[in-house]
Formats: sequence, structure tokens, C-alpha cells
Amino acid sequence: MQEKYKNPFEHLIAPGHTACPGCGQLMSARLVLDTCGPNTIIANATGCLEVTTTKYPTSSWKVPWVHSLFENPSALASGILAALKQKGLDKETNVVAFGGDGSTFDIGFGLISGMWERKENILYICYNTEVYSNTGYQASGATPFDANTTTTPPEKKSMGNNFLRKNMAELAIASGCIYVAQTTCGYPNDIINKVKKALTFTGPKYIEILTTCVPGWGTESEMTVQLGKLAHKTGIYPIFEYYDGEYKAMKIPAPALKVEEYLKYHKRFKHLFKDEKGKEAIAEIQKLADKNIEKYNLS
Amino acid sequence: MKYQLEVQPGTTIKNKTGGWRVAKPVVDHEICIGCDMCRKICPEGVCFPTGEKNSKGRIFYDRDLDFCKGCGLCAKECPVTAIKMVDDFK
Repeated sequence: MQEKYKNPFEHLIAPGHTACPGCGQLMSARLVLDTCGPNTIIANATGCLEVTTTKYPTSSWKVPWVHSLFENPSALASGILAALKQKGLDKETNVVAFGGDGSTFDIGFGLISGMWERKENILYICYNTEVYSNTGYQASGATPFDANTTTTPPEKKSMGNNFLRKNMAELAIASGCIYVAQTTCGYPNDIINKVKKALTFTGPKYIEILTTCVPGWGTESEMTVQLGKLAHKTGIYPIFEYYDGEYKAMKIPAPALKVEEYLKYHKRFKHLFKDEKGKEAIAEIQKLADKNIEKYNLS
Repeated sequence: MKYQLEVQPGTTIKNKTGGWRVAKPVVDHEICIGCDMCRKICPEGVCFPTGEKNSKGRIFYDRDLDFCKGCGLCAKECPVTAIKMVDDFK
């Protein structure tokens, strides 16, 4: 079929990759990369982002892109930066590391910690899908309380994941990152602004983006952006940035929505709407959200 | 036998993913206000400004159906509902 208007292929990630329809991660990655510009070198961890964009013998990327093992993007980025310093090109090139939540929260945590300790001028972007999306939705360190995943199915004695989400942004702040931000795929302009702002700092920077995983969360593909917004409006996932010793949060329009408004769209929280025990679990999650609102001064 | 191990940038455009979809977005050029939202949120990056203006003087947007996977995000997020998802029969 001949189209009247021609696609200019202007983005730095080319279409034709094999991500699911409605993928929040690819959407966020494209926004981040277009903001960083063509003068960027990417160190990519294993995960959906790597698998879907580089199906041999093709590649979606129009910038230098390196993939190493699951835990490696931060160490790899350190190496790239060291080579650029030798060549005297480190001032004009952005070194960016991309990782999913599995590689950031669990597997690669030691190496990220090392990168932050060395205070290297690297922007680390974590695409937090809250499960190991690429391998079949197993629970990771970022999986929220009571979520149903392949490894944490709700049974008689449990309501899903028993553990609370690891707060990686706080760990980054404690490790001395100069710019730390959390955002969701519900606010594309916010992602662009935060990446722009991060690139003005020299030092270790960390941005975490909550991205919808359509099959992993069991949501509809057209809800990707809406869920990013709801995660913020209910207080489940606070949007803030931290620099110069101060938190600057994106406020929630009062009154804050109840967490049910967010949970009801997910298949992974479906078991919470079945019985009395589920109601108690939702009350528990509501408490966590309220705590977030209080802690980051969201309202 | 020689293998070519290096990969050229942006070569996934060989892989036309349009066959995945069951519904396609149809843009009403007269309603489109050119807000750039569909271009920002499209996971494939196939929404783009056409460079032509409609009768209200706004540059309208269109999409590339060769790659559109029919997720419906653009139709859901369009602030003026200029985009509608219609069944795509092949």
C-alpha cells in the first residue's frame, strides 16, 4: 500500500524493532535518546531493550551502541569514558548507560555502586518495568508488594510478592549521585526535561523511569501512558528530582486518587479484588502510597 | 566462508512490523492541532509531522502504516481525538 506521506525516520531508534505493541520502555528510550542527541555512546544491559532492537543482522540504533553482559552497563560505560578521556573527547560526548530493573536493582547493583563511588560523569537510566520482562515476568527487586509474577503466584498463604520495592533512587542519593530523578512513562515532557537537566551536571547521574510492561503487567496496550499517570496520581510511584541537597516533587492534584484506580487495570493485581483478604492487602498498599505522599511532600 | 559480523545502524527498517496489527489508526487531518503528542508517545516512532497545513493553518500529523503495530496509544492520548482506531482487514 502506497502512503501519501513519507516517514522521515528522524528518531535515533529506527522503527521495525520487535517490542510488544504499546511498549513503554521503547517509548521512553526513544525520548531519552532523542534528547541526548547523536553525540552519545550507549552501554546497554541485557534485557528487552537489547533483545528487541538488535535482532541480528539488523540494529535499530543510529548511535554507537555497545552491549555486554547483564550486570555490565555501568562498568562498560566507565571503560568508554576512560577511552574518551584518553582521546580528549569526553567533554562533547554523552556516555549513557541503559539498564532494566533486573540489571539495576539486582544483578548489576555492585558495579553500579562502584560507578557511583568513582564519581564518573555517566548518566545511568533505569527502565523500571517491575519484573524481569525479557525472561518471562519473574519478580525482581523492583516488584511491588502483593504483585502476582511467575515466581510469586498468590496462593493460600501469600497474596503475591511478600517484599517491598527496593528504593533505588534513595540508594543513589546516599551513594553521592549529583542528580537523581524518578519519573514515569506517563509524562513524556517530564522525561525530556529531566534528561536535559541531568546532562547539565558533571558527575554520576541516575534517572529511573517507570515503564509499563504490557504482557508482564497484564494491561491493555493503549493504557501505557495512562498507567504512568495513575501511578503518580495515586502516590504509588512518586515523581521527583533531587539535586543540590533538595527534593523537588511533582505535585498530585488534590485529592489524591485511591490506589484501586491504578490496581484495577492490572492482571497482576486481579487477585486483590476477589475476597476480604484482598481488601486488607489493598489497604496495606494504600498505606504505602500515603507514606510516599507524606515523605516526598507530593500534595 | 566469510561472515559479516558488524551491523549497520538503523537497519531494522527492513523488518516491516505492520503485519502485527489488528486495528489501524486513522488521522483526521482537519481536527489535528499539531500538538506533537503522538510523535512523542508512539513506541515505534512512526508518527511524524507531514509539513502540510490544514484549513486552520496547523501542520497536521500522519503515521507510517508499514511499521504501526496498532497499539492504540496515539488514539487514546490524542487531546482532540483526531485519531480513531478502525479494524484493519488485509
